[in-house]
Amino acid sequence: MNLNATLFAQLVVFFILAWFTMKFVWPPIVKALDERAKKIADGLAAAERGKHDLELATKRSAEALREGKEKSAELLAQAEKRAAQIIDEAKAQAKVEAERIVAAGKADAEQEAVRAKEQLRESVAALAVAGAEKILRREIDAKAHAELLSAIKQDL
Amino acid sequence: MSTEAAAAHGPTAGEYIVHHLTHLNTTGHAQTSVIDFSVINLDTLTFSILMGVLGLFVMWRVAANVTSGVPGRMQAAVEIVLEMVANQAKGIVHHEESRKFVAPLALTVFVWIFLMNSMDFLPLDLLPTLWQTATGDHHAYLRVVPTADLNGTLGMSIGVLLVCLWYNVKIKGLGGWIHELFTAPFGSHPVLYPINFAMQMIEFLAKTVSHGMRLFGNMYAGELVFMLIALMGAAWGSAGLTGPLLWAGHIVAGSIWAIFHILIVALQAFIFMMLTLVYIGQAHESH
Repeated sequence: MNLNATLFAQLVVFFILAWFTMKFVWPPIVKALDERAKKIADGLAAAERGKHDLELATKRSAEALREGKEKSAELLAQAEKRAAQIIDEAKAQAKVEAERIVAAGKADAEQEAVRAKEQLRESVAALAVAGAEKILRREIDAKAHAELLSAIKQDL
Repeated sequence: MSTEAAAAHGPTAGEYIVHHLTHLNTTGHAQTSVIDFSVINLDTLTFSILMGVLGLFVMWRVAANVTSGVPGRMQAAVEIVLEMVANQAKGIVHHEESRKFVAPLALTVFVWIFLMNSMDFLPLDLLPTLWQTATGDHHAYLRVVPTADLNGTLGMSIGVLLVCLWYNVKIKGLGGWIHELFTAPFGSHPVLYPINFAMQMIEFLAKTVSHGMRLFGNMYAGELVFMLIALMGAAWGSAGLTGPLLWAGHIVAGSIWAIFHILIVALQAFIFMMLTLVYIGQAHESH
């Protein structure tokens, strides 16, 4: 337990070692530690962001799905409505057509009846003239009696 | 004890211990006066430089190949120690700029003292015997634990004192520090100036001496106990059962003490580092 100059030598060694650590050991390791801490922090932040994005995407996809369903339901309803409309239209058209056909038929029939009446009248007239001829047994002067004949014809 | 048996072939117990407590110095024989600055303990200096270089070389290799990605085992181990020291420094020295020097200093102190203390784990007579064989001098002195030499520990604690003085001046300014020397701790009054100054001087002295003495005392005492245990082993040749029993006791006691010493080695290194930080932290605080 004696004191001697070793003390000063140790003092110098002490500072040399401390200087060496300060210069060559401490800074690179601390830098690496800080860098790693930053990397980890960034990684965690990215993971958090990813999680958030996933949540958003899930929400968005659910929304899109819901919208799609709504739209398809709407389209279906529209199509149904349109189909009903088409059927109604077709019915109405058919009805109109039927009415038209019926009306045309009726008109034809009426025309036919008029024509038949006319024929009948002419036949009656001819018959009447023939009857009158027979009654009179005389030749009728068609010219002289034309006025009379046509009047009879008119009356019939 | 084994004195009689040992006396036949070798030194007595007293001689054995005295021989092991004598340094290999520049004079070649034991230092006679208590203080003699013309003498240098070559063994203390050699082993402390060796341990310092070893510790710093390992950390320097790690620092040179450091990666911020996945660290290897060695890097992880160095990082754990460095992080521990950095956290302690952050908690004690509240000055960012100072920490750039103080924290590496604390790391150096911790690793260096840990390694120097660890020299105690080597078999007590291994290196001295090798040295005696190498030099051919069977009385050559060699002490392998630099921290069991008061010069080694006081050298470091004075180093810490110088750092404290430097930061006192740097942080408070020379005038501010001198003002503090005369006005703290009792207050600013002409009557109190000398008392304050005396208190401050005692404080610096007590800090430095206790800082160095604490480590020295622990390691010196530990080394001494290892020597006593080794003496038990040397009693092998004693008459009757005493010899073998003492020899068995030396194995048991040696194991127990070595295991307990692991705690002391680490703890004293940690305490020295913490006190270094605390003293430097105090130098930053103004009263």
